Amino acid sequence: MSARAWRVAKVVAEIAVPAGILIAWQLWTASAHQARFPRLSTILVQFRKMWLFSQFNEHVVPSLERIGAGFGIAVVVGIALGVPLGLSPRARRAAMPHIEYWRAMPPPALLPISIILVHSIANRQKIAFIAFFCIFPVLLNTIDGIRGIDPTLVETARSYGVPWHERIRRIVLPAAFPQIVAGMRNSLALAVIMMVLSEYFSSTSGVGYVLLISKNTFQLVPMWAAIVLIGVLGYVLNLLFLLVERRVLAWHRGWRAALPD
Amino acid sequence: MTSTVLRRAASVADALLPVLSVAAALGLWEVISRTGVIAARDLPAMSTCVRALWHLVETGAFWHELLLTVRGWALGLGVATVLAVPIGIVLGSSDLAGRAFRVPIEFLRPIPSAALIPLLFLTLGTNLKSEVFLTAFGAFWPLLVQTMYGVRDVDPVALDTARSFRLGPFERLYRVTLPSTIPYIATGMRISSTVSLILAFTAELFMGIPGLGQAVNIAQAFGLTDQLYALALATGFLGVAIHLVSTAAERRALRWHPSQRQVAS
Repeated sequence: MSARAWRVAKVVAEIAVPAGILIAWQLWTASAHQARFPRLSTILVQFRKMWLFSQFNEHVVPSLERIGAGFGIAVVVGIALGVPLGLSPRARRAAMPHIEYWRAMPPPALLPISIILVHSIANRQKIAFIAFFCIFPVLLNTIDGIRGIDPTLVETARSYGVPWHERIRRIVLPAAFPQIVAGMRNSLALAVIMMVLSEYFSSTSGVGYVLLISKNTFQLVPMWAAIVLIGVLGYVLNLLFLLVERRVLAWHRGWRAALPD
Repeated sequence: MTSTVLRRAASVADALLPVLSVAAALGLWEVISRTGVIAARDLPAMSTCVRALWHLVETGAFWHELLLTVRGWALGLGVATVLAVPIGIVLGSSDLAGRAFRVPIEFLRPIPSAALIPLLFLTLGTNLKSEVFLTAFGAFWPLLVQTMYGVRDVDPVALDTARSFRLGPFERLYRVTLPSTIPYIATGMRISSTVSLILAFTAELFMGIPGLGQAVNIAQAFGLTDQLYALALATGFLGVAIHLVSTAAERRALRWHPSQRQVAS
């Protein structure tokens, strides 16, 4: 096969296979006549009816708020804790047992406790829960990023008499930034999962709540529509983050490209 | 003389640092609860929780629940490995197949497995099948992606050399592709084993499948706060244990690999 035909075949496959999967799903669900697996077209109609945009304000906005607030807190706390821990080996030794323990903890195990501790089943508890577990990717990547900085850079700045806060702002944070951003991306994906989990437990609004209620009332079509929405939400948030990352880290890629190997 | 003594004292303090910091945190917990900064009803004292944990550990029921959770974890991880590695090798070695399934994979991968719980509730039911499906679904994606990356990263010169020695496709797979993909698979296994534990616990908590998750749910429903904290502590230790085992396994699988040859600094 010629190179050109091969290239065309790849493009065709990239479009045809996903389309084929969707068509197969539609045909199978249409012929199966199963209440538990409604037709794909039925799910999509329901999706439009619910999420574009009649229940958007009522349930999607609260979920997005929780993700946003939890993620934002996690990023700030993760970096604020990660900088001293990255710079000081002693602080790192002291903190590591705690970090290792809490990040190995399966998050749902703390869901009931978070309600007891925060005295709330409203946004406060949901955001606290999301934020707590989203700290770890940012924190660990900040520590690793700072440990990976060329010591000559920091030493040179020190010997030029640059004060410590300026060193952190101008050298440590920019040098660790690409890795911090990588951690933030993992945190954002985690935030979506934590949002769903927290809304399964004692909630009154949100996408996870809709999922739970539709299950409890055997409303299968809305349930499927909510599952599709959560998938779309995760995909779109990741995509947006990649777009922002590309802008923010443009200097980094340019710098890397200019370096000889 | 004094300086060496001082230095030695400093290095002993350094070595004890992790222990001291854990002790300090536990002490702080005790004080916070005893002085009522956080009411003992909401945060039982550390000693109370440890005692509750001790009582749990003495019962057979606790170990039974723990084993059920571990079973869900192991089965899910096993099913995911058996599926993800061969599929990953196929999708990684064929450019056409990789492109064909790129969009479906990119779309399915970020779906939080937790979103599937209501669906499993109504289809497979609240049983081991659901737990294994959920854990396997979550553990599948990191393994698949790692395997695909690994296969794409095989040294083309090694493959061409094998080809010029007239090694057939299966022998190439067995002697070249698989060995050089193993580091990636091992990393995928480590990531997936954490995911798998979380999902096994999640399935038990939300679907009422017997295991540690269900025990937490019951403690919560009956307001047994001491027991709730004790179970959470135990779950954390299980998480740490699984993390340590999978990290050790990864290191063992990679003994020969250059990434493990760094001198400890």
